Amino acid sequence: MTAYIEIRWHGRAQQGVVTAAKVLGEACLRLGKYVQAFPEFGPERMGAPVRAFNRISSEPIRLHCQVTEPKYVLIADSTLIGTALSKGIESSGSVTEGATEDAVFIVNTPKSPDEMRSELGLKGKKAHVYTVDASKISLETIARLMPNTPLLGALAKATDVITLDALVENFKENYSKKFSPKVVEGNIAAMNRGFQEVKGE
Amino acid sequence: MNMGKMKDLPIGGVITEGGTAHEYVTGGWRKLRPVLDKDKCTDCLICWVMCPDSAIIVEDGKMVGFDLEHCKGCGICAEECPDKVKAIKMEEETG
Amino acid sequence: MAVTMVKKQAGLTGNSAVAYAMKQINPDVCAAYPITPSTQIMEDFSSYVADGKVDTELITAESEHSAMSACIGASAAGARVMTATSSQGLALMWEMLYIASGLRLPIVLANVNRALSAPINIHCDHSDSMGARDSGWIQIYSETVQEAYDNLFQAVRIAESEKVLLPVMVCLDGFITSHAIENISLLEDAEVSQFVGGYKAQHPMLDTDNPVTYGAMTLPDSYIIFKHQQSEAIGRAKDVVVEVGKEFGNRFGREYGLMEKYRLDDADVAIVILSSAAGTTKVAVDELRAKGKKVGLLRPRLFRPFPFKEIADALKSIKAVACLDRVDSFSGFGSPLFNEIRSTLYEFEKRPKVINKIFGLGGRDYKVKDAVGVFEELLKIAETGKVETLIKYITL
Repeated sequence: MTAYIEIRWHGRAQQGVVTAAKVLGEACLRLGKYVQAFPEFGPERMGAPVRAFNRISSEPIRLHCQVTEPKYVLIADSTLIGTALSKGIESSGSVTEGATEDAVFIVNTPKSPDEMRSELGLKGKKAHVYTVDASKISLETIARLMPNTPLLGALAKATDVITLDALVENFKENYSKKFSPKVVEGNIAAMNRGFQEVKGE
Repeated sequence: MNMGKMKDLPIGGVITEGGTAHEYVTGGWRKLRPVLDKDKCTDCLICWVMCPDSAIIVEDGKMVGFDLEHCKGCGICAEECPDKVKAIKMEEETG
Repeated sequence: MAVTMVKKQAGLTGNSAVAYAMKQINPDVCAAYPITPSTQIMEDFSSYVADGKVDTELITAESEHSAMSACIGASAAGARVMTATSSQGLALMWEMLYIASGLRLPIVLANVNRALSAPINIHCDHSDSMGARDSGWIQIYSETVQEAYDNLFQAVRIAESEKVLLPVMVCLDGFITSHAIENISLLEDAEVSQFVGGYKAQHPMLDTDNPVTYGAMTLPDSYIIFKHQQSEAIGRAKDVVVEVGKEFGNRFGREYGLMEKYRLDDADVAIVILSSAAGTTKVAVDELRAKGKKVGLLRPRLFRPFPFKEIADALKSIKAVACLDRVDSFSGFGSPLFNEIRSTLYEFEKRPKVINKIFGLGGRDYKVKDAVGVFEELLKIAETGKVETLIKYITL
């Protein structure tokens, strides 16, 4: 049986969670892993809740269904917590839906992990909660509200899914043509700060 | 095109040579036949321009008659021949 | 669209992979009218055109009907032609699809499978391409990003084969494959140009020294002759698909055939399913095999022409087979895969019980547990010989 890591990203359209899943996939691929990175597309407009997914494995991945039991959940917008994303549609559950018992939650918020644990309804549960003020970091590094890159840095610190070096290397190599040096540097700084500033319990 | 060898027809219904319309004798469709009065004709060649079947025969810039193998007898030449000239008349085919 | 490779491995979405394949094929003409979820193919490809990475004449048409019309004109003129579409786009190409195949034009179309309206839905099912299954186009269905990419090169060779000369539709699943980044091993440009070779049309309209007519009227004395020729040509395509798939395998190490059999040879029961959902089904097969259940999978890769003999041979000694269609042939006797497979097995006196499941319409998720459910039902049928419901919706 293929052992693979499943990750779910929550955010709002324009916060870059689809890109984050893509960048993470590429970085893992550089390490010789098999990856999937895919978004969930609905009627997106700026601000609409969006989800994206990763599967990462050391063997080819054959599954082509949605990620429903993620081990890692990254939340780019804490206002999504506790909100019913929409009613009556299977694909729009809450941020904790289906997450494994020992899941790792990484939330973009200035609050403490302990506060987020109760907001997530995980008091007394085995799940791990980390927080990082990714919005603030992104404003200070790339002057835009783009919490995705600091979250990637936080993921590298909080878990062994990926290393910070692999994230930075991949970003330099894949995005130097697409973005100006200033944007590339800003994003790398954002990853570094996400890595340094993420808080656990 | 030889319909006896239909199995060998070029694929896709492509006609692989040019000018094959020449082989299709449409003169048999004609009920009225154009008749030219060469004494009246001024060789203005309006009939040649207007004929939809390229059935006006012109030699050295002169109108010399009709290609009756392809003329369908539509009468456009007679109609278009200028009022002052009227060198073409349509007559019933006698068979 | 910059593509970065690590040890020849890249991470690309299905759409980007198709666009990259088109770039490497460097067709003479591409006429398109982008539509979700295939849009990104033309987005990427048009940047290749703008950046001078290809010599392609890109025609941005005002509708898919016009796009296919332009493809037909260009192909008749003697060009190598490619395009991409989805769903309503393929539906709007409808009458032109028949003209492309009837005129025997080797156009290659990437169809990113998407449901047909109404209600409007942009997600995956096979109602678009399955509706076009009798249009005379060859249809190849891809499970993964890698396969969609590989299939495109083979499609060019199959379409342009002198034995065939027919248009080919390469299908990949909307969003599931088109928008998912997966590992893909890319070919070198030189490898691609060697494999696909140059294209020399038999009767190019632009060869003014040898004038030809396309689209002449045919009367009852000859129309059927051309249709018979077309029918024989698409029949011959089956062998060409095998030859080209073998050659591709010899050159690049990934061999393709008419179908993929997964743990099928000693299976008691089997699921037959197309495209990306086959991957999920394989995981279910492994789970049940680990518990000692003899289950297997058959994934047709070529759907048109339907390789009925080979598929019948693969399935005839199975006890119970479920055909999973990502499309409903409304009020028909089951859906396309079921129709074909049940009818192809009819000639055997001892034949499997065959049931039909309609699943995943409009992108509804098809999970491992859905496949397991079907297998459990099949095992029961194999044991009792009794079918409770012949045709049924699942993943509801």
